Amino acid sequence: MRDVMGIINVNVKDDILDELTYSRCIASVPFGGNYRLIDFMLSSMVNSGIQNVVVLTLHKYRSLMDYLGNGKAWDLNLNRKDEGLSILSPNVFYSLKYFQGDIQNFYSNIDFFQRSRQKDVLITRSNMICNLDITEVVNFHRRTQADITFLYRENDDLVEESPWRRKLEIGADGRVLNLEQGTEKVKGKKVLLEIFVMSKALLIDLIESCMINGTGDLLHDGIIKNQENLKIFAFPAKGYLGVINSIALYYKHSLNLLKPANWQELFFRPGFIYTKAEDEPPTKYMRGARVTGSLLAGSCVIEGKVENSVLFRGVQVKRDAYIKDSIILPESEIEEKAQIEYAILDKEVRVSRGKVVKGRKDNPSVIPERTII
Amino acid sequence: MNRKKECVAMLLAGGEGKRLGFLTRETAKPAIPFGGKYRIIDFTLSNCTNSGIVDTVGALTQYKPLILNSHIGNGSPWDLDRKKGGISLLPPFVRGKGGKWYKGTADAVFQNMNFLEQYNPRYVLIISGDHIYKMDYSLLLDYHKSKEAEVTIAVIEVPWEETSRFGILNMAEDGRITEFQEKPKNPKNNLASMGIYLFDFDILKKYLQKDQKYPKSSNDFGKDVLPLMLKNKCRMFAYPFRGYWKDVGTIESLWETNMDLLQDKPTLDLYERNWRIYTVSSNQPPHYLGPAAKVEQSMVSDGCLVFGEVNRSVLFPGVYVGENTIIRDSLIMSNVKIGSNVKIIRAIIAENSIVGNGSQICCQDNEAGEIILIKENSTIPDNSIINSTDNLKKVIFESGGKFT
Repeated sequence: MRDVMGIINVNVKDDILDELTYSRCIASVPFGGNYRLIDFMLSSMVNSGIQNVVVLTLHKYRSLMDYLGNGKAWDLNLNRKDEGLSILSPNVFYSLKYFQGDIQNFYSNIDFFQRSRQKDVLITRSNMICNLDITEVVNFHRRTQADITFLYRENDDLVEESPWRRKLEIGADGRVLNLEQGTEKVKGKKVLLEIFVMSKALLIDLIESCMINGTGDLLHDGIIKNQENLKIFAFPAKGYLGVINSIALYYKHSLNLLKPANWQELFFRPGFIYTKAEDEPPTKYMRGARVTGSLLAGSCVIEGKVENSVLFRGVQVKRDAYIKDSIILPESEIEEKAQIEYAILDKEVRVSRGKVVKGRKDNPSVIPERTII
Repeated sequence: MNRKKECVAMLLAGGEGKRLGFLTRETAKPAIPFGGKYRIIDFTLSNCTNSGIVDTVGALTQYKPLILNSHIGNGSPWDLDRKKGGISLLPPFVRGKGGKWYKGTADAVFQNMNFLEQYNPRYVLIISGDHIYKMDYSLLLDYHKSKEAEVTIAVIEVPWEETSRFGILNMAEDGRITEFQEKPKNPKNNLASMGIYLFDFDILKKYLQKDQKYPKSSNDFGKDVLPLMLKNKCRMFAYPFRGYWKDVGTIESLWETNMDLLQDKPTLDLYERNWRIYTVSSNQPPHYLGPAAKVEQSMVSDGCLVFGEVNRSVLFPGVYVGENTIIRDSLIMSNVKIGSNVKIIRAIIAENSIVGNGSQICCQDNEAGEIILIKENSTIPDNSIINSTDNLKKVIFESGGKFT
């Protein structure tokens, strides 16, 4: 796997989690108590033996840069002798109005790709909740001598969750017969995931030919429009999988972690999910705490009642406060007798004594960071 | 090359901790797990980081150092991975005419004089990896300077009835030390030495050399070097420390010190923002409390899955607690798996042990009896009844369980 470069393409069109992506890009949205969304893809790559990871950012990347630091938490030190983590930001500033697709961003870093010594690239997005063994798909890709190999998932939920997602049709050998585009619909439940392998030479070729035609989007303009000329294969993705591209899905997948089977599948198999450790003490339960069916990160101090919720680090729940079916991001403070139900509180929110925050099950209320209620 | 440092710390981390039973069979006392995610030595190392005056530490190891060495690593959790200085592990070593083990605390420092000389510090701070406390060493250094002392010893008030367990210091009004009383029956006051000494380097060097010349000396700071200095009328001062300080020397004190953390407002506050305790991260997911879990007055670490009831207890990372299980007044260390319908009261279950369904681990006298210690990697079979450490072996052997 040393000759595969991992590219995490943090795309602007993913910044669709409303309040949660006002001031951060999707990759650094906190998830699952201890993590940020990008941890899942980064850990999958590292656990599979990839040692050279590129994070392609576009905007609002301050919190992401701050979080990734030198990559050490994922064993990807920037200062590893010849490998490690590289964060590529655009070398020209595009007003987002003129941003016409990720090709522009790939192209502005094309020298980086040309210079690197890896033979193949694995390109993914940053908003996937997964724990993947990538060696399987790379081996499959090499065995079939494909030009491009996609991961796919055959799943009712995924089709339902994301009607705009592309479906595909594959032959018995795994060759992709048809990749959905525009209005012609493909039957079945096989959904294309934006995780794919190809040679670096082909990537550079696709970037350059797209630029000649006036930029565009790598997946859409580079690959799908060209599918007749490319030998495309697909490989099934295993394990827990979620693609977070709406608040509803963020909420749904967060609460899915409250089933211990999902918790174990996602966090332990095939490898651990790594995250940047905060130096925090364990969580403390005080006299009178009543916490059931919930996931809690470190350094929370709990005096009140919590049901069916996810609490990030350093959340304080005071006496007689009540949290139900909610996601509470780091360092938020829920004061005495406050009530929170069907809500997502971004970090450092303070809910004052006796106040009520209440959303609906199908439409959780989202409170932006540092709000005082 | 100028490597001169104002202050270098020598951290005594070779202690065996004989009174800690099984817990120190495979590891040195400073590496014993504490407070959910820490090891005892983290407190001293974090004090170095937080004090801001010590960026060079020599860790003197001797007894079973494997876990301790891998825990300390390159020192990065405590910001001690430095270009100049940082942390160095200093185990005993062989030299031209054979080598020898560290005989006493003073001997350990003496044998590493080369280490100290390469930094040529003005001051040397002697600290121990056996204590649970938060202390700003920069205040100790200020005090030392203001008294123009040659050595300053940190002291703490202990209860009068416990003075016979400590080295007691008597001093003049200005803080100058006039007398040592080692474990006195009739103490003149209740100020005990904390085993933290700040020396002028040249004085330290001089007296360590002197001490080596006495063949009968046990080469210990408390027993030999400091009394010798007093005899020679050195300027020795006592620095009164106020705050939490515990020497975790026995199973009971290890248990008690952990229980102290569970009070509503503990004297030693792990949640204080400006004096964090740093450690090596376990990299586990958040913990999960099941639909029928009930956890109160307890600390729970990452990676735990709890379906039962936990009261006044500390769960270390990766612990599993089954349904209808009751855990009270106990320490459950990393990766212990406890089945369902289990009752555990006043016990310490060491790492990676497995407690079978329906077992009971509690002494007959629930509230004040002995603390039952289950050693690491034990397998307690289903439905075992363990009511004292003595019958523990019997129970395990009779039912064919593993007890290595």
